[in-house]
Amino acid sequence: MKRHRLIALALVAWLALGPALSAWAQSGGESIGGVLRNQDGRPVAGVTLSVKQHGATIASGTTGPDGSWQIPVPGPGLYAVTIDTSTLPKGVRLTDPSRKTLSDVTVQPGQSKIVLFPLGKSTSHRPSRISSLINLTIDGLKLGSVVALASVGLSLIFGVTGLVNFAHGELVTFGAVVAFFFSTSAAGPRWGLVVAALAAVIVGGLFGGGLELGLWRPLRRRRAGNVSLIVVAIGLSLLVRHLILLILKGAPRQYREFTIQHPWRLGGVSVLPKDAFIIVASLVVLVLVGVLLQRTRLGTAMRAVADDKDLAESSGIDVDRVILATWIGGAGLAALGGVFYGITQSIVWDMGFTLLLTMFAAVILGGLGSAYGAMAGGLVIGIASEVSTYWLPVEFKEVVSLTVLIVVLLFRPQGILGVRERLG
Amino acid sequence: MHFGGVAIDALRAAVGVPAAAYALAAIGLNIHYGYTGLLNFGQVAFMTVGAYGAATTVYHGGPLWLGFLVGAGLAVLLGLIMGLPTLRLRADYLAIVTIAMAEILRLVNRSHTIEPLTQGVRGINGFAGAFYRVNPIHSGIYGWGSFSFSSRNLWVISVGWAMVALSCALVFVLVRAPWGRVLRSIREDEDAARSLGKNVFGYKLQSLVLGGVIGAMAGMLIAVDQQSVSPDTYIAVLTFFAYVVLIMGGPARVLGPVLGSVIFWFIIQGSDGLLREAIRVRYVTFIGTTDVGAVRFALVGLLLMLLMIFRPQGILGRREELLVDER
Repeated sequence: MKRHRLIALALVAWLALGPALSAWAQSGGESIGGVLRNQDGRPVAGVTLSVKQHGATIASGTTGPDGSWQIPVPGPGLYAVTIDTSTLPKGVRLTDPSRKTLSDVTVQPGQSKIVLFPLGKSTSHRPSRISSLINLTIDGLKLGSVVALASVGLSLIFGVTGLVNFAHGELVTFGAVVAFFFSTSAAGPRWGLVVAALAAVIVGGLFGGGLELGLWRPLRRRRAGNVSLIVVAIGLSLLVRHLILLILKGAPRQYREFTIQHPWRLGGVSVLPKDAFIIVASLVVLVLVGVLLQRTRLGTAMRAVADDKDLAESSGIDVDRVILATWIGGAGLAALGGVFYGITQSIVWDMGFTLLLTMFAAVILGGLGSAYGAMAGGLVIGIASEVSTYWLPVEFKEVVSLTVLIVVLLFRPQGILGVRERLG
Repeated sequence: MHFGGVAIDALRAAVGVPAAAYALAAIGLNIHYGYTGLLNFGQVAFMTVGAYGAATTVYHGGPLWLGFLVGAGLAVLLGLIMGLPTLRLRADYLAIVTIAMAEILRLVNRSHTIEPLTQGVRGINGFAGAFYRVNPIHSGIYGWGSFSFSSRNLWVISVGWAMVALSCALVFVLVRAPWGRVLRSIREDEDAARSLGKNVFGYKLQSLVLGGVIGAMAGMLIAVDQQSVSPDTYIAVLTFFAYVVLIMGGPARVLGPVLGSVIFWFIIQGSDGLLREAIRVRYVTFIGTTDVGAVRFALVGLLLMLLMIFRPQGILGRREELLVDER
């Protein structure tokens, strides 16, 4: 049987690649570092910092001309980092003088831990109510655009195949990890992050296409039912997620570039340039996807298949080709979402799975099967869950998504843009 | 390599508390998935509320028996919350809401805000003293060589398997009663059941709640055995342990979950042990012992896929009784 061989081949490939892949993920040499900048964003040189463990100073270092500092530590563990405020230049001091020593700096195996000491004129006043709401909205827009990017594929794949892809979160993680390999890993080519992101989109798309050809299409040929496909998807999600954990290990990682940036400020509102870039880039990509769906033959075919598979097939559309294209495109977008999410947060093995709940809330709010619904739903859910933290504890951010999910299912189960007949 | 030690550990796991607990969780899931065709991806949520219901009640001064009742009551409530919005819709929606609810419960239990109630990430320890005080087994070690259990162990194991036996008996009676026949007719053809005047939504809700309460019992058993609850014990993956157990044994068969659980824990503990041994003697060098957990979860995912693709009826099941093919 061809499929048996395919699965065996995939297993062999993983087993053979495992050692090679885990070699690149392990960099060793833990350290603590950061960049000191004053209130104008200029680097502050010649400041002494020291690292203590169990009360004893074990290492110290001084910031270079670019304001950066890095102190190697003997291994993973809990450290305290102190900034020597007497070495700060005149007129520069800690924004929060009580945070002269950070006593709970946890360094994970292989991690270059980044620690920040915000400097400025002492600004003890809190941002106003309006500006913190605006800041949260910007955060929400950022999360929302990532969710929207990642959910378009989830919704379209459901539309054209009827499968709720529980492994979609892993496509997000996969993209972030591939970009990490190309841009940051010592064993990778260390390309710039923009090139690495493009590569991640391509590799992620190929991964999605491979899944369709190697797994989902054969299963559809066997006329496997919806329920068994969903169970296979969740099994796939477990498998891929934990293979990524084996390779990447548990510690969160950062891309080499864009880790520390000085925010643009306008009154109490501040936004990091990378966040602004992510929001704008995501919106551009989403508009582009919309144009592709609306104007091209393939996009029209996709919407036709999503609307009515049999009718589309009988009017001469090659449904299998459309489904393959949807998988490639959807997985590529998920990978891009993963890279953006990795830039704003960090790259962790289960980042996609955590995002999956938010993605579900987004696609159900927008209407399962509708690409535009997923975009709108993603933005709404992103903003709603970030802004909610103004009133609610941060830990309840995901609870907001779930509440939206349940309320939508209770009162308008087809979502904003969905079709009633799909509910079954 | 100490194959003997690995094999005995695997055997101990196959008859031990985890096997009993997952047999219970899978019996609950069998009512959902096997008999009614409901796709509950949040069985671990029921386990969580069972365990936390018992532990928090005791922590706040209540007796343990009341804690068990609270846990079961919370499971009923949870079943209603998850079922009411989703059971009128396609199977997918229940899957989405249940998996989301399981993860949310974990996050809420971890949260700082309700720490006075649940003790946050620290969890609650040593709440089940009352259970061990009524242990009728004289203290000592029972068994042969390394295949032996302390009287404390044996007490939990006996109670666990007794619960499994009772649940199996309950399922046996229920699925042969008219109630169970309606469940199966819903699984086979929901519209047909509805056209015969059956309240399909009501039956599905009852099925979800009943299976959930059995799942909560599994959570209580684990918590009592560990004498502690902590939020990160109850992760989403555990639901899929129960799925592998159920599908391996055979869905829609009374004894499927029991057989599945025994075999599953033998395989899982055995492969864990083999891998640890292989790492210890350096046959395997690219991963360390800390990665064994990840390998276990990856293996569970792979098992789930392969079972579902090649043998969805498991060992005991009948393929024609399953929701696996498009009809």
